[in-house]
Amino acid sequence: MGDINSSLWVALLAAAVLNGVPLLFGTVGEILSEKAGNLNLGVEGMMYTGGAMGLGAAFYYEGFAGAGANGIVAVLLALLFAFLGGAFGALIYSFLTVTLRANQNVTGLALTIFGTGLGQFIGEYMRRTSGGYVAIGNDLKAVFANSPFPAALQQLPVVGPVIFRHSIFLYIGLAIAITMAWFFRRTKAGLYLRAVGESPATADAAGINVTRYKYLATVIGGGISAIGGMVYIMTIAGCVWNHEGLSGEGWLAVALVIFCLWRPLNAIWGSVLFGGLMILYNYLSLPMVPTQIYRILPYVVTVIVLIITSLRNNREKQPPASLGNAYFREER
Amino acid sequence: MREGNTPLVRLAKRDAMPRGQVWAIRVGSFVLAILIGALIFLLLGHSPFQGYATILDGSLGKATVFRQTVRIAVPLLGTALAIAPCFKMRFWNIGAEGQITAGAVGASWLALFCADSIPGPVLLVLMAALGALFGGLWALVPAFFKARWGTNETLFTLMMNYIMIGIVRWLQGGPWEGRPGSQIIPEFADNALLPRVFGVHCGWIIVLVLTVLMFLYMKYTKQGYEIAVVGESENTARYAGMNVAKVVMRTMFLSGALSGLVGFIVVSGADGTLHAEVAAGVGFTAITVAWLAQLNPFAMIAISFLLGVLEKGSDTLQTRMEVPASISDIITGVFLFCMLGCEFFINYRLIFRKGRKEAAIHG
Repeated sequence: MGDINSSLWVALLAAAVLNGVPLLFGTVGEILSEKAGNLNLGVEGMMYTGGAMGLGAAFYYEGFAGAGANGIVAVLLALLFAFLGGAFGALIYSFLTVTLRANQNVTGLALTIFGTGLGQFIGEYMRRTSGGYVAIGNDLKAVFANSPFPAALQQLPVVGPVIFRHSIFLYIGLAIAITMAWFFRRTKAGLYLRAVGESPATADAAGINVTRYKYLATVIGGGISAIGGMVYIMTIAGCVWNHEGLSGEGWLAVALVIFCLWRPLNAIWGSVLFGGLMILYNYLSLPMVPTQIYRILPYVVTVIVLIITSLRNNREKQPPASLGNAYFREER
Repeated sequence: MREGNTPLVRLAKRDAMPRGQVWAIRVGSFVLAILIGALIFLLLGHSPFQGYATILDGSLGKATVFRQTVRIAVPLLGTALAIAPCFKMRFWNIGAEGQITAGAVGASWLALFCADSIPGPVLLVLMAALGALFGGLWALVPAFFKARWGTNETLFTLMMNYIMIGIVRWLQGGPWEGRPGSQIIPEFADNALLPRVFGVHCGWIIVLVLTVLMFLYMKYTKQGYEIAVVGESENTARYAGMNVAKVVMRTMFLSGALSGLVGFIVVSGADGTLHAEVAAGVGFTAITVAWLAQLNPFAMIAISFLLGVLEKGSDTLQTRMEVPASISDIITGVFLFCMLGCEFFINYRLIFRKGRKEAAIHG
């Protein structure tokens, strides 16, 4: 039984999922924002802020509650504060791009600068005020990193490691992605949201409140993306603030959104694939192919997808038509 | 009276605002940013006056720190100049980071392998040329696909950044590695380093000259005019007989070449070697510089210098007041947000619903 569960492929899959989950949150959040026509390039910044705030929430909660700290409360607080961190950044972005009609690309980049700075600042501040090292107790760490399922289920052959042996965040991420797919396809609000992203003028004429949809989608999407940063810190980086740790995650999420063709369900396997590509060099070393080249694979693959979708010019597989443009009602 | 249906505030585009008023709004947004920054200092338990004084003193107070501030501003200005024509054309090139790195690779190749056989000045000129060529070619790839098939350039150029940075990581740990296992590319020979003028590498002269040239290029040349027309309306450009694909590719090559030149300036002037973080976010920050300057090359000098002051000053803040240096990014972000937001009040007019009495009279 232990045999197949410790085989190379199972280990690779587990590692791919571990590295994919933060991307899943980042990507699904950004899809929500882009579906409303807001290309928020601040994902990197929001994930930094979310990571620092999530870690801070768990850290200060443990300090406050002492030995009686409850794992579930810690996870919920980390989720909440990471979400708030991202939502705060996305709110600034929405105010500037939707209300004040600033350029989306530039505002997103400014948000990345601001958000990474804010995240670094919070992380550094915590490190200094707590005597040089932010550490979370092993019990709490385990709640974040280990599977919520009983050991019996986790030890089933194949099914155990493939389905049951992941951190709780995978299951939360899956739930969000599936809910979002259902929301886009099956609800009226989802249809309206897509209409806003495709043609805000038409949506406006049909009586849809464009501003409200853009704000809500971007703020909630930013919050979801930011949770990805927290998940990275708590499950991969070992609950320690490392100022380089998160770098690039947000941009990978932006790449994944394209790779997934703006579909939340594709994001599920897409993030596992990208997560796998990121750590493939640990498991599968081909002669002649250096490890650093493996790590650019996700970006190369995204470029290829981008080219192919533009070549085929398939209407189903294009970015939302008004992506990146500000909407000004009187300008028609 | 259908007053209930009239929104409280309506918007209208402004035609042209008097210059004085435009500057009043810009200065207002600047003051707002300073006030928000002061609030951050207060929240951290420091005096805002002391905070700002430290930033100014730490970036401009002495000749040595002033030089370091200039060193930060030089690549920002150069890259903002590179980005300007693309943005004028409404081609959202956010790949300057990769184009800088590509240029740095080109320049470094000559510096590492041909420094013995070529005399100094010729070597530097060749390095600059090869850096520009590499940057230009790297930028040409997304431009080609955009011109030919309309592939989304924002996302394409973004991806190209990480591909090029990955390639440098590979060079760093593989073929160009110095001492085996060090993951570091050896330092350049002396004849591959930019000479210093007034204590700072002469890159500052290069970018100042480029500022003037870019101003002239955008304002007074046929190509600059074509860029403006394509930016306003591709259809108009086509109707006027311009070859839009050619303009797009030519402009993108120029933009990449300038970024590549910045890459050369950084490796040869500031760093003295090549490493994966050679662009260090300059490609992204420069976009905000170019945009806030409204693509005006001379305004870019002021804005890149301002960001240099904030960054260098925050370093001093860390050593003197024990505030983490990342506060520079926060304050920079606040400045960018305020300045981005203020353009709205220059371009649009707010019309408030008239008060009840007045409406009754007019109604």
